[in-house]
Amino acid sequence: MKQQLENILAEALLEISRALNKEDVEKLKVKYCGKKGKVTAILKQMGKLSAEERPVMGQLANEVRSKIDNEITEKIKKVKEEELKLRLKNEKIDVTMPGKRNNLGHKHPLSIVLSEIEHIFLSMGFDIVEGPEVEYDYYNFEALNIPKDHPARDTQDTFYINDNILLRTQTSPMQIRTMEKRKPPIRIISPGRVYRCDEVDATHSPVFTQIEGLVVDKGITFADLKGTLEVFVKKLYGEDSVIRFRPHHFPFTEPSAEVDVQCFNCQGKGCRICKGEGWMEILGCGMVHPKVLKNCGIDPEVYSGFALGMGLERVVMRRYNIDDLRLFYENDYRFLEQF
Amino acid sequence: MNLSKRWLDKFVKIDTSAKDFSEAMTMSGSKVEGFKYENDEIKNVVVGQILSLEKHPDADKLQICQIDVGKDKPLQIVTAAKNIKVEDKVPVALDGAYLKNGQRIFNGKLRGVDSFGMLCSVAELGLSTNDFPYAIEDGIFVIQEECNVGDDVCKAIGLDDLCVEFEITSNRPDCFSVIGLAREAAATYKKEFNLSKPQIKNAVADENLKVEVSVKAPDLCPCYCSRVVKDVKVEPSPRWLRELLRTMGVRPINNIVDITNFVMLEYGQPMHAFDYNNISGQHIIVRRAKNGEMITTLDDTEHKLNENQLVIADENKPIAIAGVMGGEFSSINDNTNTIVFESANFKASSVRKTAKAQGMRTDSSALYEKGLDPNNCIPALNRACELIEMLNAGTVIERTVICKSYNENKLEIPFSPEFINGFLGTEITKDEMVEILRRVDCEVKDDVVIVPTFRPDLEDKADIAEEIARFFGYDKIASSLCKGVFAANYTPYQSVKNSIANLMISAGYSDIVTYSFISPKEYDKILLDENDKLRNSVRIQNPLGEDTSVMRSSVIPSMLSCLARNYSSRNMNVRLYEIAKEYIKTTDDELPDENERLVLGAYGENEDFFAIKGVIEDVLDKLGIKDYDIKADSSLNYMHPGRCAKFYVNDKQIGMLGEVHPIVCENYNLPKRVYVADFDTKALYELSKNDKVYKPLPKYPAVLRDISLLCSVDVPVLTLQKIIVNSCGDILEKVELFDVYQSDQLGKDKKSVAFSITLRSQNETLKENQINDLMDKLIGNLKSAGAVLRS
Repeated sequence: MKQQLENILAEALLEISRALNKEDVEKLKVKYCGKKGKVTAILKQMGKLSAEERPVMGQLANEVRSKIDNEITEKIKKVKEEELKLRLKNEKIDVTMPGKRNNLGHKHPLSIVLSEIEHIFLSMGFDIVEGPEVEYDYYNFEALNIPKDHPARDTQDTFYINDNILLRTQTSPMQIRTMEKRKPPIRIISPGRVYRCDEVDATHSPVFTQIEGLVVDKGITFADLKGTLEVFVKKLYGEDSVIRFRPHHFPFTEPSAEVDVQCFNCQGKGCRICKGEGWMEILGCGMVHPKVLKNCGIDPEVYSGFALGMGLERVVMRRYNIDDLRLFYENDYRFLEQF
Repeated sequence: MNLSKRWLDKFVKIDTSAKDFSEAMTMSGSKVEGFKYENDEIKNVVVGQILSLEKHPDADKLQICQIDVGKDKPLQIVTAAKNIKVEDKVPVALDGAYLKNGQRIFNGKLRGVDSFGMLCSVAELGLSTNDFPYAIEDGIFVIQEECNVGDDVCKAIGLDDLCVEFEITSNRPDCFSVIGLAREAAATYKKEFNLSKPQIKNAVADENLKVEVSVKAPDLCPCYCSRVVKDVKVEPSPRWLRELLRTMGVRPINNIVDITNFVMLEYGQPMHAFDYNNISGQHIIVRRAKNGEMITTLDDTEHKLNENQLVIADENKPIAIAGVMGGEFSSINDNTNTIVFESANFKASSVRKTAKAQGMRTDSSALYEKGLDPNNCIPALNRACELIEMLNAGTVIERTVICKSYNENKLEIPFSPEFINGFLGTEITKDEMVEILRRVDCEVKDDVVIVPTFRPDLEDKADIAEEIARFFGYDKIASSLCKGVFAANYTPYQSVKNSIANLMISAGYSDIVTYSFISPKEYDKILLDENDKLRNSVRIQNPLGEDTSVMRSSVIPSMLSCLARNYSSRNMNVRLYEIAKEYIKTTDDELPDENERLVLGAYGENEDFFAIKGVIEDVLDKLGIKDYDIKADSSLNYMHPGRCAKFYVNDKQIGMLGEVHPIVCENYNLPKRVYVADFDTKALYELSKNDKVYKPLPKYPAVLRDISLLCSVDVPVLTLQKIIVNSCGDILEKVELFDVYQSDQLGKDKKSVAFSITLRSQNETLKENQINDLMDKLIGNLKSAGAVLRS
């Protein structure tokens, strides 16, 4: 019997070593160790042995079985490893081929930069308000200290609907609408479309986008205006951007200023892009005129505030090096897909 | 506004570079647009004196001249000029010289003879015979000025002034003058400002020369001053005066006209000179024109006037359009011997309207439109008379006629350094403030600022604060931040719009921005009925053109135009969206309703009705809008009548989508199949829900049942789906359409519709008989709607 077992073991080890795949090995497991397997058959004959021989043979049979078991387990592991290796080798692909894309849409460059500007102002506590584009003369001009016959009306060629209604030439009427509706403290920006009778060319459009800003509270100073705009400009144009405030005139602010940012191209030396000035104008601003506050029922002896207005298109053109304003409104997909 | 630095120097001495001057003036509020030296273009041209002239051996029309240009040896130059002789001083362009418009001169040979330069005409130096009346146009400029051989010609003839160009804001009419800018420059540099009163030394009385003035419209003419000058000699002005005019961009004409222009530039007060003898009755009447009255102005054009327009008239006829332009008849000519100077103030709005109506904007009207200081009339008139004496151009008569009706009181504004510092956020001393104000002629007395009448822009405390701020220096005001913390955020509506935009991008739709105005013809292109409400758009009175003349009452035409433009650019697959306004007219006196729409447009190989519908369904799903109804619609002329769906919530329409009508596609030159959607953004926001609550993941197994139904083609799938939803109740987890088809076997007008139904209970495993009962009920309900189970 011992000899039998040794023969089985030798035969099993030989067969296992010759097995090529997992299935063959599994079959060998059944052949030798299964319920009807060869080792099991030996164990079934144990009853015929003497009481002394039984434990010795039993132990030997178990040893043989466990040896075969181990060998099979080892072999399975080895075969699996080899199979995996082969599979991985065969599955090699050209990873430089293009991915399967979802064809996402593209945001308009004006929307991208507007959203950026909105976030900067939101972070400084400015709400965003919107209002009508077809507007009363009163809000667009009169309440902003631009009465009929005021020379400033000449510089803003206006589209009229009738004597009292027009297409707003600026987002500034939102200052009035906001102050009529809310009591101070007020901190808002108001982006939107504005209209002027300008013939279309590379730098003019009868429709364009402005962003108005307004702060009204007790104790607001010109220094606050400067500080707020410095933060804004640095966030929009980068921490190292240099700006200057230069006196200007707007009928609805006093004192008024224009803000220039130093030309990025020549660092102020003067070049083609800044037309030799070294600076580029980016926005107009000032302290809200006391007459404007009064027009809105806010006491200028108690409250003060500042307002600002900027054109979006010019900022975006500079950002992306776009040289023709018309591209924004033509919406050619070959333009849009670049953003 | 151009400024001659030489002229400025007469009032304030500022020795600095042009760049520094420009920057300093810009920073104190007078923005400099640019500057240039008059001799920027002309280089290496000197004064030469002709030593000898001889004929060219081989050319009849050429002469060889030897010229002394102040060097060791004379230069030999060959010239075709005829107007020169020995000893003449002429401009000589040396080898490598630059002339006007970039012309270069080099040594060369003319018909075999060496020529080392060129003799120049006035035009080659960028001048005209107006600048040097003794020169001739088509010949060499023979210089009669005091100068030395070898001198740079520009310096020798005074062509070396600096011209600075300012952008003057509309609130500062005083700065449209040399004196106004000089005052600003003096205040900017803290230098003394020297303005002397004009002196008339030799005025004579002459009772025979008298002008009577009647101002019949004092509301439009608060001040009218005039003075007579006799024994006038009309001749060219002296060089210094011509030079100053030239730098400022004004062409010299004759001494009288030049004096009026000179005073206008210096004082910012328009002046006019009439020929005394052409004023009928020597009576000047300032009145409104009669309707239809005619005048021929100096520029030889005829103008028909109306009763809103102010004229200067004599007893018979208008002799000038007040503040705009003088009449031809009474103008100065070479034979004029007695003149009347006018220095008047006219109401800004009146001049503006008249100039606009007559289509002539002159230097004079441009000034009046800004609102001038009536107190400036007399000093300007005196200055003109002073110049008459200086130029020896005539004899000034003693009597000045002054008609004025304006309030001469100066405005007083409370002066509070505390307010100013509090308003600006500064700590400027009271003394410094007073000093700044003094430099701009504002007197501080007993806590009030007395404002000069040439500064109508100073009305309020805030205006005084600005004066302080700009001369203290905006750049010196320290920055601070507003106090207090504000928690700002997008409004819920804005957030929904942002979400929609993001969904559009993920769905492959690109953002566009279109004009809000369109051509009314677009309504024809989208086949609107003649009496369609949408045709009643808000109309622009003064549009740029018909193409942009009405505010769109629908965004669809803008979208179609944009798709068409892309199609013509051969962009083959395009998906676009815009969140934009439509403008719906209300009444004539009220603003239109501006509704924001979400508009989608698409064409290309992957597009069909269900592609665009899927995008909208995704949007509705993400916004949490579930209970909407979809109805087939054939009411929109611009949509395919069989491929358009309207969406409703609680019977209120929120939008529509579908295929564009083939004729509309043709009208826009679009491809055959184009899909659009048009939804009310505000409604989407109002219906959107953010009320998601977590549902536990299912514990019990789901049961799947597929049913295949046969029904008439007219039965909408949605009707069947609703029956399934209602019949199954709570345990319905999902119902999905997976197949629809028609075939001859099914029969004409029949279709097969197959649904996959998923049932699941949250509380138990569904039992076979439970499910069978439910399916029986469902099949019964479907049957009564005309759909039978296919075997």
